[in-house]
Formats: sequence, structure tokens, C-alpha cells
Amino acid sequence: MVKSLEELAKIREQAKKALAAREGEAETKIVVGMGTCGIAAGAREVMAAILDELAKRDLGTVTVTQTGCVGLCDKEPLVDVIKPGQPKVTYGRVDAERARRIVAQHVVNDQVVGEWVVGTSS
Amino acid sequence: MKEIALHVLDIVQNSIEAGATRVAVTVTEDTERDLLTVEIVDNGRGMPPDVARAATDPFVTTRRTRPVGLGLPLLALAARQSGGSLTVDSRPGEGTRVLVTFRSGHVDRPPLGDMALTLACLMAANPTLDLDYVHVRDGREFRVSAADLRSRLDGVGLGNPAVFAFVRDYIGAKIREVSDTGRTTGAGTRTEPAGDRALSN
Repeated sequence: MVKSLEELAKIREQAKKALAAREGEAETKIVVGMGTCGIAAGAREVMAAILDELAKRDLGTVTVTQTGCVGLCDKEPLVDVIKPGQPKVTYGRVDAERARRIVAQHVVNDQVVGEWVVGTSS
Repeated sequence: MKEIALHVLDIVQNSIEAGATRVAVTVTEDTERDLLTVEIVDNGRGMPPDVARAATDPFVTTRRTRPVGLGLPLLALAARQSGGSLTVDSRPGEGTRVLVTFRSGHVDRPPLGDMALTLACLMAANPTLDLDYVHVRDGREFRVSAADLRSRLDGVGLGNPAVFAFVRDYIGAKIREVSDTGRTTGAGTRTEPAGDRALSN
């Protein structure tokens, strides 16, 4: 069965409910490196895994954005996790599986996954 | 890059970095002429003629301002290796148009790949970008625009993870619908190049 755009209304209403339940929660930001280097290393699949994991956990208040090459091409795919009031944590050589663990462990449970961190800054 | 869809993701990232608020991607498959074209038009800041000319040269880059990188040269190479070409038209202050052609049936043509995932990621990560996509195959056509999707979302962002999942599945299904050539399986249909699904991976 081919999907129709009408179904988007249902998704929208569900999303609104989920967002209302989380109203007032501080927003976490995730940034995926999407320069040529990042994309060639698998950044698109990393972003898909992050969004998929967020969807599963109903984490509609987390925003995922992209950035270009930051000069750490050999560490791509790079993923920044920026939680309110905490320093930015940059993870390197992230794949889909690591991305899911970063969401579960860092975004949800506030535990930085130390072994994959390539840098932190405030 | 293993997929044309990954190149598209890369070139649109260039557009975004050039300050584009509107990007139109058109993929045209013409089996009769054995031609696959990809056009990416943006309203970014554009490039002066010398920079645009040099944009496909991997050894020329203005790294400090980063209007170009390795992305265009890689795509130009992929196009040339499959009997096609890449052209860049750019006007400072107006925008840039990248046109890529491939011989569809060429053995070295990269598969189209997961265009739905590319588009869904771009929309999710750049929820205010006016991204338009048109996929034409032998006269059949599918269109989707971020502006239209936004108008149906009543304030829920294109970056919402549940919306992302829907957009990816929706675009994927529609592209398959356009690409579905009637499920004739092989025998004697020499003009039909191996489908992208068969070529990928």
C-alpha cells in the first residue's frame, strides 16, 4: 500500500501530544557532520539511526541538525551532543550502532560514552 | 560515494553553506535515451566565474571561505566515468545550478541509491529550507516539497523524528511507484537497464 500525505495529519497529532507531554523540558541538540568527508564515511546512515532511535523513544524535543566539514575528516562521521548547561561532546567514527548507543546512554541517561569522544568544549 | 543520492546530499550541503534558502533537485530518468540527469538549483550566494570554473578541479579550493571542496570533483568524476558530464552555472548573488548527466546503462554508473533517505535527512536537519524534489521517469512524475509538507504539519517541525520516519517512507514509496516499470521481469527487455535496486549494494 502506497502511503498518502493524508496520513501525515495523524503523525502530526501524535507528535503534538508527545511534545505537549514534554513541554518545558530543556532541548538537547545533536549535530551530524555532513561535509563530503562525513557523507562518504556514512553520516547519512548515522543521522537516520539517530532520528529512528529518537522516534522509538518519543524524544520529539531533541533537534538534529547538520554541519559541514570541520577539519577532522579522518574522525568522521562526527556527532556533537549538546545538552543544556553541559559542555558540547564530540564523538568520532560514529556508525549507526554507536549512534543508537549515544542516544540511549548520553541523550537519555546523561552518561557520556567516553571511549568514542574526540573532544569536548563549552 | 557509492550512490548518486549521497552525492546529492553533499551538493545540497554546499548550497546550504552558500546560504541558500531554496534548493530544487530534479532527477530525470529517460530509458529511451539511456540518460539519467540530476539537476540541483539553489538561490545561494553563487560563485564568480573563475571560482565556478575551478569548482570541479580537486586541486583548486578556496579553503578559507570554503565555497567548494572535494564534493563536485568527485561527482564530476563519477559522471565522466559513466559517459556523462557535470556542468556548473553560477551567478554571484543569484545562485548556482549543477547539472549532472549519466549514461543510465553504463556499467560504471553509480546506483541512484536511497534518495528518500537523503531527502528526509535534509528536511529533518534543515527544517526551514525550501527543498523541492521532482523525480521523472519516462514521463511519469513525482513531486514533493518541504513547503507543502510544512503546511500540513501545523507547527510540528520537519525535524520531528516521527515526521522524519513518515517522510522517508512516503518519498521512498512514491519514487518506487514512479520507477515501477510494470514488473516485467527481464526476458527480452534489453532496453531496461538493471534497476537501481538491483545495482545497489
